[in-house]
Amino acid sequence: MKGAKVSPVFLLIAMLALAPAGRAADIIGTITLKGTPPPEIPITPLMDNPDCAAMHKTAPTTHFYVVGPKGELADVVVSLKGVTGKSTGASAPPIVLDQKGCLYAPQILAIQTGQKLVVRNSDKCIHNVHCTPTVAGNDEHNDAQMPGGADLTYTFPKPEMFLRFKCDVHPWMFAWVSVIDSPYFCVSDTGGKFVIKNVPPGKYTVEADHRKLGSQTQDVEVKDSDVTVNFTFEVK
Amino acid sequence: MNAQAQNDNPWLHRFILVTAAATFLLLGSGGMVTSREAGMSVPDWPNTYGYNMFLFPVSKWVGGIFYEHTHRLLASGIGFLTTVLAVWLWLRDSRQWMRWLGVLAFVLVALQGVLGGLRVTLHMDRLGIVHGALAQLFFVLICALALFTSRRWSSVAAVYDRRSNSETSATVADRRYKNLRALVFATTVLIFVQLILGATMRHQHAGLAIPDFPAAYGKIWPDTSAAAIARYNADRIEVVSENPITAFQIILQMVHRIVALAVFIGVAVCAWRAHRWSSRFSVSESANNLKVELQLERRLSLFWLALIVVQIILGAATIWSNKAADVATAHVLVGALSLATGALWCLIAFAHPVLRDVGAPGTAPARMGDGPKNAEAVLGAPISGAFGAHPALATNK
Repeated sequence: MKGAKVSPVFLLIAMLALAPAGRAADIIGTITLKGTPPPEIPITPLMDNPDCAAMHKTAPTTHFYVVGPKGELADVVVSLKGVTGKSTGASAPPIVLDQKGCLYAPQILAIQTGQKLVVRNSDKCIHNVHCTPTVAGNDEHNDAQMPGGADLTYTFPKPEMFLRFKCDVHPWMFAWVSVIDSPYFCVSDTGGKFVIKNVPPGKYTVEADHRKLGSQTQDVEVKDSDVTVNFTFEVK
Repeated sequence: MNAQAQNDNPWLHRFILVTAAATFLLLGSGGMVTSREAGMSVPDWPNTYGYNMFLFPVSKWVGGIFYEHTHRLLASGIGFLTTVLAVWLWLRDSRQWMRWLGVLAFVLVALQGVLGGLRVTLHMDRLGIVHGALAQLFFVLICALALFTSRRWSSVAAVYDRRSNSETSATVADRRYKNLRALVFATTVLIFVQLILGATMRHQHAGLAIPDFPAAYGKIWPDTSAAAIARYNADRIEVVSENPITAFQIILQMVHRIVALAVFIGVAVCAWRAHRWSSRFSVSESANNLKVELQLERRLSLFWLALIVVQIILGAATIWSNKAADVATAHVLVGALSLATGALWCLIAFAHPVLRDVGAPGTAPARMGDGPKNAEAVLGAPISGAFGAHPALATNK
């Protein structure tokens, strides 16, 4: 039997029809801090607690300003402002917030609305996991977590920046979880770098939020190649 | 049987003193819970981490749990003491209004327990403010019960009992004393307002909204613009979990400072007037009881003034120590003592014969234990009637 032939013209038309309007691209950039931030403070109350002190040789310090030698600023949440209703949180893999050495790790993280946040106790002491949202629709929880206890899982339906998690047994323990209503976000690393992956073409406002330094925005247009946008925060 | 024989129960009085001391400890314990940010460290109530509260293993009393759990245990103890007190008063005190004050104490302590529990289970910081303010009122009530069951209070009543049919004299009437009494009352109310302001500040869980004193961010009145607030928060490095500073919190602390000044002036004027009034008041040598009372009030006024001075120093130290838990808690406790001192002076002053003499000269007062009409106004004129004439009235006739 003779094989069916397909016209090359038909193939070309079909490919053009099925192809997306443009290739998704990444938004990349670097966050920099100008000026000298206030010095971090040793968490001395931690060393007063025998259970917690046993896990540290010296008192750990706070880390509000995680800054590299050239001013590279970590822990900045970068997201696309005004992009909502795009969350894929329900199917996204869970994000883990660990309690280790009587400290939360990481201290700054971001998840999508509806995405599972798993809180783990890797310590050999009791913690209480107390989240204190301020946006209506996100519920406050305060749950006990024994040493070796089962992970606790939370989800938040509403977007909220810097939703606080804390432990009242050890009041120096806190972390901030930003809940974003889309998958387009990133937290800057210790090199100050961030990448927001697979952003569809279009015009966007990129927002950079730091727990202490506030927020900045820049407008960008994503076409078919990666876009670079840098932010500079300043300590006055 | 006269009123003294019925009410002179030294063991009941001692029991109430113990309850007052224990309540003072409980106030300190509650203060530490808030100062240590430990209010939510035990997530469940009335259980503790799933255990019956009284069976929670001591080995698990760690970190914030220690402060919150011991506060609950101590509160349970106060609840028990107050229940015994209420029953004791109901059975043994002939004054009906005293019986109902015992019932009121029981209701208050039960309400306090429920409020404390709901503050945990409902995650409501605002309930903590009510819990703190009600604790102060409960302490004042227990102190008042201790005063009402004291021998001195009973002896005044006994003298009145013997002379209940005599006419009273207006010789001790002095309008200046009435003014002093009104000022004591107003200052005591102001102290209570100040305690509510303090409780509201503490339950913001925001640390020090203003980190310096006597200036405020280096100024007489701090900048509360959005840019300034952002700068304050950026500059602040928190070791313990604290909410960000807001303009409201800064203004709240400024109002707290201003009211502190007003309280100091109020108490200083009270002390000065008490001193002046008692030294200018002419009494015969035979009016020893009145002299003793005047000296007592003068000493009370000086004690009150000393407390306020210590309180202001502690307030400043709270800021200078970056809100050290023990200093902040001492500030709460001296605040409670200041309120109780003012309230007790009010009770003594309003029970003084001058009130009746100025208000209604020659009117025969009500008898001890006359009932609810006296209980309805603990701080008001009915009390003066209820506790009868001062012995000095007889000597001054």
